[in-house]
Amino acid sequence: MKPSPNDIPVSVITPPKGFEAIDFAELRRYRDLFYFLVLRDVKVLYAQTILGFAWAILNPVIQIILFTVIFGKIARMPTDGIPYFLFTAVAIIPWTYMTESMTQSSQSLVSGQHMLGKIYFPRVIYPLTPIVSKLVDFAISLLLLLAIMLYYRVAPTWNLLLLPLFVIMMMSVPAGIGMWLAALAIRYRDVKFAMSFIIRMLIYTAPIVYSASSIPDAYRVLYSINPIVGVIEGFRACLLGLSIPWIYILPGIVTAVILLTSGAVYFRRMERIFVDVI
Amino acid sequence: MSAADIAIRIEGVSKVYRIGLKQQRHDSLARTMMDFVRSPVANYRKYRSLYNFNDIDVAAAARERRPDIIWALSDVAFEVRQGEALGIIGRNGAGKSTLLKILTRIIAPTRGRIEIRGRVSALLEVGTGFHHELTGRENIYLNGTILGMTKREIDRKFDEIVDFSGMEKFLDTPIKRYSSGMTVRLAFAVAAHLDPEILIIDEVLAVGDAAFQRKCIGKLQDVGKHGRTVLFVSHNMAAVTSLCKRAVLLNEGRVAMVGSAHDIVGAYLNSGSNMGAAREWTDAESAPSGDVAHLRSIRVVSEHGHPADTVDVKTTVGLEMVYDVTEPGHVLLPHYYVFNEDGTTVFGTLDQDPRWYRQPRPIGRYKSIAWIPANTLSDGTLFVTCSLITRSPDTVQFDENQIIAFRVVDAGGEGTARGDWTGKMAGVVRPLLDWTTDYTPGR
Repeated sequence: MKPSPNDIPVSVITPPKGFEAIDFAELRRYRDLFYFLVLRDVKVLYAQTILGFAWAILNPVIQIILFTVIFGKIARMPTDGIPYFLFTAVAIIPWTYMTESMTQSSQSLVSGQHMLGKIYFPRVIYPLTPIVSKLVDFAISLLLLLAIMLYYRVAPTWNLLLLPLFVIMMMSVPAGIGMWLAALAIRYRDVKFAMSFIIRMLIYTAPIVYSASSIPDAYRVLYSINPIVGVIEGFRACLLGLSIPWIYILPGIVTAVILLTSGAVYFRRMERIFVDVI
Repeated sequence: MSAADIAIRIEGVSKVYRIGLKQQRHDSLARTMMDFVRSPVANYRKYRSLYNFNDIDVAAAARERRPDIIWALSDVAFEVRQGEALGIIGRNGAGKSTLLKILTRIIAPTRGRIEIRGRVSALLEVGTGFHHELTGRENIYLNGTILGMTKREIDRKFDEIVDFSGMEKFLDTPIKRYSSGMTVRLAFAVAAHLDPEILIIDEVLAVGDAAFQRKCIGKLQDVGKHGRTVLFVSHNMAAVTSLCKRAVLLNEGRVAMVGSAHDIVGAYLNSGSNMGAAREWTDAESAPSGDVAHLRSIRVVSEHGHPADTVDVKTTVGLEMVYDVTEPGHVLLPHYYVFNEDGTTVFGTLDQDPRWYRQPRPIGRYKSIAWIPANTLSDGTLFVTCSLITRSPDTVQFDENQIIAFRVVDAGGEGTARGDWTGKMAGVVRPLLDWTTDYTPGR
């Protein structure tokens, strides 16, 4: 049955000019595709492994143990009275999510370059898919974290209600950086090599192995421009029932918003030439 | 024709690529950054120039023929009507794939405007997005959504898709265990159930075994019959002429011709040889001559006697020569030799028309046509040598070696030697033969 002329969608293709915002209506139309791509990522990662999803937590668990032994027992870093194991665990879980999704997001266009040249769907789906698919790993690690918290008899407080805010912040950082890096990675293959190196450095810029209170007062705002600081401190405060240190969090929120919007703008601008430069 | 009858309107579309900055383009961020530091302004401009063409003055660029600029497409414009099947043909590098990629939004045009009424689905490749670790079922959904279907749509058509592919037993096995033929069947089954208003297909029919190919072509013809618009890019002239009524010929990024599929295919095939299908000598001096006879013209004619440069394999073809005899009383023997593209002689033929055979000829102008029966020739380009001798003693009056060429097109179908077969068909000739079969019932 032929559709009546009224419901035939009309689209126009013209050379792209200047600033183009993200087409959310188009993203909605492709939501099924987004879902299946996320599903694919999740299934494929642990396909044909024996341990399956256990790998999702093995990496963070080993890191937590390692840090506890090295920085907790041997170096005895101050942690504002929180047991070191717990202190690190609460930080490593969101950290793992952020670095893994950021890395995968930055390579999303390169690993999907075949599809890029053969079919059209909103390009921004490429860097955003890992942001969602890594949440599965995150969710599993969160369960582990809850188990640890139970062990240390941490009582839930009203702060937990703010956790969703920090999860959103946790997602927007790799989303923004991922969009920037994905657009850069398709032209410059350096990005791939730089990533692992940068991440190894980044871990010390956030209060994962040490407490943020170790930072001298004068530098606290500067320090907090790094949004990872805000995420980690926010997670700690929510889960462990401490008072929320907004001074570490607010600058980070601003940065996260800037990263997200500038990443989207840059990505959309570069989108036009992705296939031309593969 | 109202605007609503046009499915796709393409106006002034051009696509430019900048090349040749090779010596200064960097694939490494580090080097780019170092260059940037050394001369920031110049390098920033160069980096931006790769994709930014605002500074190109179109007329100037065309005039100057700058070596660093390639016009993959120049000012392409044509319309595709609702419900029609349009073929797009051209040599490799003519711009077909570029045009398709622009139509399907994979790349952006540098100039121009395209208006599309209807949902477009593109098939530039089968099995896009297939992942070997996922099962057949999962890949159906993944590939289907990549092609633009919604989950609900796939749910609805799922059984049909599985049926078409014949992969029911293997649905829940990861496709890395499939043979390549099985993967193709699955991919094609998904693609065959796309239901857009406009379908764009690029050469994907070259995969799969013959039986499956026939199934797919059949399905495509169905799509056309249901009023869907189809844009079909192919090198397979038989497929183009059988699926499409109209076609566009692209050459070096420009639209060379738009017309009936038959004409366009003919033009495309003809553009390969510098030879025409007709030669005429208007003045006696330049005409190939002997003492007795002079060749005036030679050409290929269709079954109705009209000049032609492309003929359908299932029609009669005539090779016509016009010659003047200026001395009476000689017996003449006009003859032709026909060669194919490989240089093989397909056949030779002598004029044995009983009226003049072995008869001494009076002075006058003669027009002799050699009629090649339908379903004799194979498809491709054929070259004709035309000569005439006087007999006893045998003296050559004129002998023009491969002076004209014509194309034979085989669209298959009813009444041809090829019939339903869409695969390769070798052979210097392609006769339609009668077959007889005796049958004994088995036990």
